[in-house]
Amino acid sequence: MSFIDTLLQGVLLGGLYALFAAGLSLVFGIMRLVNLAHGDLIVLAAFLILVIVSTLGLDPFVAAVVAAPLMFALGWVLQYHLLNRTLGKDILPPLLVTFGLSIVIQNGLLEGFTADSRRISAGALETASVSLGNISAGVMPLITFASAILVIVALNQLIYRTALGLAFRATSDDVVTASLMGIRPNSIFAIATGLAMVIVTIAALYLGTRANFDPTAGPARLIYAFEAVIIGGLGSLWGTLAGGIILGVAQTVGAAINPEWQILVGHIAFLLVLLFRPRGLFPRAAD
Amino acid sequence: MPSLVETRALTAFYGDFQAIFGVDIRLDAGETVAVIGANGAGKSTLMRSIAGIITNRAEMILHRGEPIGALAAPDVVRRGIALVPEGRKLFSSLTVEENLQVGAYGRSVDGPWTLDSIYRLFPILKERRRNPATALSGGQQQMVAIGRALMSNPDILLCDELSLGLAPVVIKDIYAAFSKISAAGAAIIIVEQDIAQALKVADRVYCMMEGRVTLSGQPAEFDRADIHAAYFGAEPNELH
Repeated sequence: MSFIDTLLQGVLLGGLYALFAAGLSLVFGIMRLVNLAHGDLIVLAAFLILVIVSTLGLDPFVAAVVAAPLMFALGWVLQYHLLNRTLGKDILPPLLVTFGLSIVIQNGLLEGFTADSRRISAGALETASVSLGNISAGVMPLITFASAILVIVALNQLIYRTALGLAFRATSDDVVTASLMGIRPNSIFAIATGLAMVIVTIAALYLGTRANFDPTAGPARLIYAFEAVIIGGLGSLWGTLAGGIILGVAQTVGAAINPEWQILVGHIAFLLVLLFRPRGLFPRAAD
Repeated sequence: MPSLVETRALTAFYGDFQAIFGVDIRLDAGETVAVIGANGAGKSTLMRSIAGIITNRAEMILHRGEPIGALAAPDVVRRGIALVPEGRKLFSSLTVEENLQVGAYGRSVDGPWTLDSIYRLFPILKERRRNPATALSGGQQQMVAIGRALMSNPDILLCDELSLGLAPVVIKDIYAAFSKISAAGAAIIIVEQDIAQALKVADRVYCMMEGRVTLSGQPAEFDRADIHAAYFGAEPNELH
């Protein structure tokens, strides 16, 4: 029974990793941009929610709703005025610029909030759980997982059912020809990064309410997000969820064997997938 | 009254090297104009310049008398100038119907061209509308590319190398659509290497060589020797 319990905890943890990864996956899918500051942006959003909660006294969920449009605006400006200038045939400039951005965000947060680790209080929800037969699951992990599924369903609807999604896919295929259709690629990229920052805000809500975070917590989140995307296969959002779940299960199983092995077993699972399925489990070509 | 579109001493670059040296062409309402010339004559660079993929000095290209040479492609297509690019350039992850829809992205333009009227022009596309665009034959893909450009209801349709890589019978089918496109109100510039095809549909012809216009006029005004000379640079008397 404890094995099933471990498995369930792992799957639910996978929901959090999928949330970390979905924005990264969206941005990479549309503009082939690898954003090395993604994890730091999650931490930045967590601090933003924390500030809104502590200054306005709002519930964290309401605070996230307030933070989401601010993060969208940040993502839009960042992409339109900075990252768009780095896009081109050469893949190095976006890597260098987002790496620099990562350092800027970490140090900015360190200046503003010190190195203390923080937590966003979600009140009674934090400890609430529901029991399913002999096993019980925390309400927060369940909400996190449901949010991940909701985000992926919503993104898929957006991408495959709306005019904006059509423009996303066309621009992803061929930027020059998309511009012949009247699509402004720079605006499309800015909107995509803005949307990614909304997902980042959702991820930050659960990061901040479920665990401690500090200004340097970003890069580890980035690695989990990367691993989830790569395990799932580039370009497939459901694959990203599957990748998150595999990573989450590997980590909880590892932790159940020996608490020191949690992170290590996750990385090993990732390396095994790379070894046997270098293109990930659900690459876009198989969609 | 100004021309629908005209270029004035247009110079443009293909990558790092200059492909066009002072080209003047014009297109009037209701006309179909052909631009012919050998590979590397600068025809595609001319089309890409007008469509805004290559931007130039503003006054080098006029649309209804207004300078548009410096506008980027999204603004040019909003003014009613649509390009069918060389090599078709369909969106490979989109279906046939989505490729057509994206041609009218973000705008609702009144005009004769809708999904329905494009399916009437090219009925085969309706049958295949759920297929990925790249699963179609070359001729059908060219129909999608033309339909996609028409979805913006352009006043001016620019067609770059429509017949490249297509079988003669397929080329005939595609050109059969042009009288309908023209009748629906669009003026057309066709870039062609197939001279016979171009002369058949065009009201006027420009022949380009090495980045300059070497011959222009109505097809009836000149004979094969004139075209050969303009096309290859040989003197007409050498061919007589």
